[in-house]
This record gives sequence, structure tokens and C-alpha cells, in this order.
Amino acid sequence: MTPEEQTEVRRRQKSRNWALGGVLLFMVVLFYAITIVRMG
Amino acid sequence: MTTATTSTVSLPADWRDFFALTKPRVMTLVIFTGLCGLLAAPGTIHPVIAFTAILCIAVGAGGAAALNMWWEADLDAGMKRTAKRPIPTGRLSAVDARDFGLILSGMSVMVMGLGVGWLAAGILAFSIFYYAVIYTIWLKPRTPQNIVIGGGAGAFPPLIGWVAVTGDITAMPVLLFAIIFMWTPPHFWALALFVQIDYAKVGIPMMPVVKGEKSTRWQILLYAALLVPVAAAPWLIGGTGAIYGIAALALSFAFLVLSVPVALRVAEPGDAMKPEKRLFKFSILYLFALFAMLVVDAALRNQGLLA
Repeated sequence: MTPEEQTEVRRRQKSRNWALGGVLLFMVVLFYAITIVRMG
Repeated sequence: MTTATTSTVSLPADWRDFFALTKPRVMTLVIFTGLCGLLAAPGTIHPVIAFTAILCIAVGAGGAAALNMWWEADLDAGMKRTAKRPIPTGRLSAVDARDFGLILSGMSVMVMGLGVGWLAAGILAFSIFYYAVIYTIWLKPRTPQNIVIGGGAGAFPPLIGWVAVTGDITAMPVLLFAIIFMWTPPHFWALALFVQIDYAKVGIPMMPVVKGEKSTRWQILLYAALLVPVAAAPWLIGGTGAIYGIAALALSFAFLVLSVPVALRVAEPGDAMKPEKRLFKFSILYLFALFAMLVVDAALRNQGLLA
């Protein structure tokens, strides 16, 4: 693997991690909101 | 070239490739019709639950789309329109696409069941199974009626949106289903007539290829004619007011009038296909306008502005 490929792999891993992190955070907020609404 | 392809495969996929698997453009229509079904339904729903329902419909549709692309990767590779999709280009492995589709499908049904209701979740699960298995895997490669069957898959969102509010299936949501079901064949076949879709090359039996152009043109007219009573039915059974009823009749007659020249024509070599393009463009406007009027009608009645 060339240094350029190495950089590209890191870049993609990083962007996927951010995307997945965002999805997880969103789901935490959504499930919290659903719980509050359904209890009310 | 060979080395470039190999190195592309070994790279981890970009998140945009996963996003592309969900067919975002198809999803806009799914979200719109699902939202209209939800807004037109009688009763109240908390905005958070309504948001959850629409989100689950959209994610479920995305999961079904990913499963469709997993199964059809070989076919997609052979057609110009689809050859640039993530799996045929090697940006994503087929197994990753399948797992992504299964996760989205499973999550959307679970969250719909726990957050909104199990009837809506059950219909959502069935619609995903219908699109991914009954349509994509089983019937699409076997019958020229595939578009008629596929129309059933696209017809589920307003039904699910409605059931998310009411919790039961009545005539109205079934009629919303029937409208999209009747609308899909003339909508898609109009496109198939003027776009040289190379389905024949990959062995998918599309109607213009199997039964010929003439038969396809007549069937467009047949479905357009059936659409008139089906689209007006919600008004005729008293499920909507006159605003929807008159709009539905006007829109459906316009659809029928535009499909007459399509039915009677024979395309010459190098034909500009103007009537077909006009019908296709109008079919998209038709569906958006019809469902928008359904919501307008329901909103006005809820405000007490109309009987």
C-alpha cells in the first residue's frame, strides 16, 4: 500500500466513523424522545 | 486499469456509497406519499411519533432498495443507466450491501413496532419482503407484468402512514394503495417507450420488449382509464370532501387525455416521442398534486372550513 492509498484509507475510515457516530447520536435522541412521548 | 480496480476494491467503502444504495431519489416520493397518508388520516398523532413513522417508512424503503441492488448487481453492471452503482463499480462489496439492507430493514420494522404500532410495523415488514423477495427476486425476471407487481411495492407508503395514525386498516388507506398501484404502469411504461432501457440485454422481460410497443401503448390507456374511478373513489365513498374529489377527477381526466395520443401512435425511427415524454412528466406532477390535494382537503375539513 502506497502512502497515498494509506491516506485515502484513513480519510474514508474517518468519514465513515463520523457518519456512524452521527447516526448513533441521532438514535439516542430519537429513542429518548419516543420514550418521553409514550410515557406521557 | 486492472491494478486500479483491485486497489479500489481493497479500500474501505465511502459512506456515500452506502447512502447511494438506498436510492435517495425514489425515497423522496416514498416520504412524500407516506407523509400525505399520515396527514390525511383522521385522528391525532404526536409530532415525534409521526416523525418516527415517516423515518421508519423511509429507512425501510432504503433497506429494500439496498437488497434490490445486492440481488441485481450483475444485471446493473450490464445496463448503462445502472452500471455506475456502488456494487457494479466495485466501490462496495455485495455482502456489505446485503448486510446493510438487512440491518436497515430490521431496524426500521423494530422501531416502527416499538415506537408507533405493530400493525404499521407488520405492513412495513411485508412491504419490504414484497419488494425485495416477491418482486425483485421472484417475479421481476419472470413476467412482463413485473411493473404492475412492482407498483404494489411503491403503493405501500401512504397505507403505512395512514395506519400509523389510526391503528386499523379501512377502505381509505386501501384506496390510496390502489391509486399508486394503478398509476405505476402507465407512468413507467411511458418512460420505457422513450428511454432505450436495455433491460432486454440482461434478460428482464419488460412489457415493450415482450409484448411489443403497440400492446404496451394500449395498456397505458387501459390503466389511465381505470385510474379515473379509483382516484375518485375516496370522494365517492365519502372519505374526502369535494375539493379532493374535483381535483382527482380533473387530474385523472387530464392523465387520460394525455394517454390517448400515446395509445394511438406508432413511433417512427428517430421519433422525438413528445406525447410519451409529456405523459411521463405529467404522471409525476399528477401523483404529487393528487396527494397534496388529499391533505389540503383533510386539513380544511379538520379546521371546520368545509362540511
